[in-house]
Amino acid sequence: MTAVAHGSTAVDTPTQHPPAPKKRFNRGNIGTMAVIALIIFWCLAPFYWMLVLAFRENAFTFETTPWFTHVTLENFRYAFDTTDNAFGRSLLNSLLIGSVVTFMAMVVGVFAGYAMARLSFRGKGAVLAAILGASMFPGVAILTPLFQLFADWGWLGTYQALILPQISFSLPLAVYTLTSFFSDMPWELEQAARVDGATPGQAFRLVIFPLAAPALFTTAILVFLASWNEYLLSSVLSNGVASVEPSTVALALFTAGPHVVPYTQTMAAGVVVTVPLVIVVLLFQRRIVSGLTAGGVKG
Amino acid sequence: MTLAKPAAGQSGTAPLPSAPGPKRNKIKTGEGRLAFMLVAPTVALLGLIVGYPIIKAVYQSFLSDTRTIDPETGQFGEAGAWAGLTNYKQWLLQQCPTPTGRTVRCPTGTLGSQFWDSVTVTVGFTVVTVLLETVIGMIFALMMNRAFRGRALVRAAILIPWAIPTAVTAKLWQVVFDPQGILNKMLGTNFAWTSEVWPARTAIVIADVWKTTPFIALLILAGLQGISADIYESAKVDGANAWQRFVKITLPLVKPALAVAVIFRTLDVLRMYDLPQILTGGANGTTTMSILVVDQLNSGLNSASALSTITFLFIFAIALGMVRLFNANIVGTPGKGGK
Repeated sequence: MTAVAHGSTAVDTPTQHPPAPKKRFNRGNIGTMAVIALIIFWCLAPFYWMLVLAFRENAFTFETTPWFTHVTLENFRYAFDTTDNAFGRSLLNSLLIGSVVTFMAMVVGVFAGYAMARLSFRGKGAVLAAILGASMFPGVAILTPLFQLFADWGWLGTYQALILPQISFSLPLAVYTLTSFFSDMPWELEQAARVDGATPGQAFRLVIFPLAAPALFTTAILVFLASWNEYLLSSVLSNGVASVEPSTVALALFTAGPHVVPYTQTMAAGVVVTVPLVIVVLLFQRRIVSGLTAGGVKG
Repeated sequence: MTLAKPAAGQSGTAPLPSAPGPKRNKIKTGEGRLAFMLVAPTVALLGLIVGYPIIKAVYQSFLSDTRTIDPETGQFGEAGAWAGLTNYKQWLLQQCPTPTGRTVRCPTGTLGSQFWDSVTVTVGFTVVTVLLETVIGMIFALMMNRAFRGRALVRAAILIPWAIPTAVTAKLWQVVFDPQGILNKMLGTNFAWTSEVWPARTAIVIADVWKTTPFIALLILAGLQGISADIYESAKVDGANAWQRFVKITLPLVKPALAVAVIFRTLDVLRMYDLPQILTGGANGTTTMSILVVDQLNSGLNSASALSTITFLFIFAIALGMVRLFNANIVGTPGKGGK
């Protein structure tokens, strides 16, 4: 590369080095672009196909035309049907379960995250090990006793049976992410605000909260996504009671009447389950990536 | 005595009294009690929903599911009587109990006869998917790390598979893998993807790699972005070629991030349940250990407890081994001196 800045009105001094050959630069670029295009195709093609089928008449399920043909909205009627035990009901269930789980896990997790990040206390290592251990935990290991316990309490197929275990299971994620966010926060600003005469309440409200809000929000999104994704515990603990099943379980059991392979209806249901998440993820991608890579990986 | 000039870059403002270090900003009064109050709810919830069930499961795994005849008295015992290691024998040695209190080799088709197969399948899935995801994820990350226009677009694109719930992923690939589906039409093949052993396994690996490679890629990318460009520049000057730069600079420096990603993913695949359960129903050699536990739930909770305990110990042992192997600092908490 020449050392002459672009657009500089310097006198034309003959440069020492010949300019770098343009061809190599381009070839590298085209190679990169090709791989990038391939990556984008690989990631998006299945998702695109789901969209195409969701809008296609069921009779044309196996037509391979790769764009929208035989377009119909019929499939979405199934997906949004909120009458008793239909798929739409499960969407509402997912929303309810996800919201409650997220709220509870955040309330409990914020305290623990703050303590882990800022306080030194005896047994901190043990608490951290317990939290990490719980996050690596195979869900099946507690499924049997939980199933029995909830059966004894008459809880199988109730909302609380789906919500309570999920709160515990999302706590490691919440605490871990919040701990990592909180340890990177400039807490000395709080001190500075106090020195400047702010009350503890003001220091928190005006200084700390605005700084912490994005971290809380990001963590909440991650917890909600995890809850929306959950399948194993929900499928067993809902115990076949369709009125409390979340959408993942309902989707796995999706039927659309006899003698129909309900592929297009299933894809419509899949689109309905997925699109809100995709929108959230795309809107907040920067935050989500920072949340995902928080802790462990100090970028 | 010479007065040292303030180092360049130091701000001109006087430091706050007892300026805390940037990473070790501690409160000093009543710390222990405050911390206890803050952490207690989390510990209580984990204890109630994770700790207590685990202990209960371990205890139950030594109890009998069936009523057995006591060989001494000829009386039927109670279901739930102490059974020692019977349940563990059923799984580890594939010896099923008979009503007369003896054990026989588990007949083919019973869940007991599938244990070692499920271990093999689970480990196989883990090795193959984690390997593929790491390699592909590395390629993704290296591509995204090059400065080019549209990086945001790629990041958005690779986040989409990650955002799709696993249940949807399974259904989506089920449609793609249908014998009459788009994949066979594109390849011109006629595979019965989900009803033959190896195609079914391949289908699960492909679906899992599609969904979770982005996660690994993002973790690796975070590691890559922490490497300064100067190192590469000086390596170039010293005449290192691209491969040498990758092996000697990139890999060692990205290793911590890579280790975390690989360990998390390994533990995830070891407990894999929903993808094979929905995509193939666990049929045709795709029954993972988790699927076997859930299948066993309906035919005896105590031996299901034994199986889930085995699964848990198995995963725990592998986790421990990997952490040792990578010497990974999974716990990136500040104030612990770990780096």
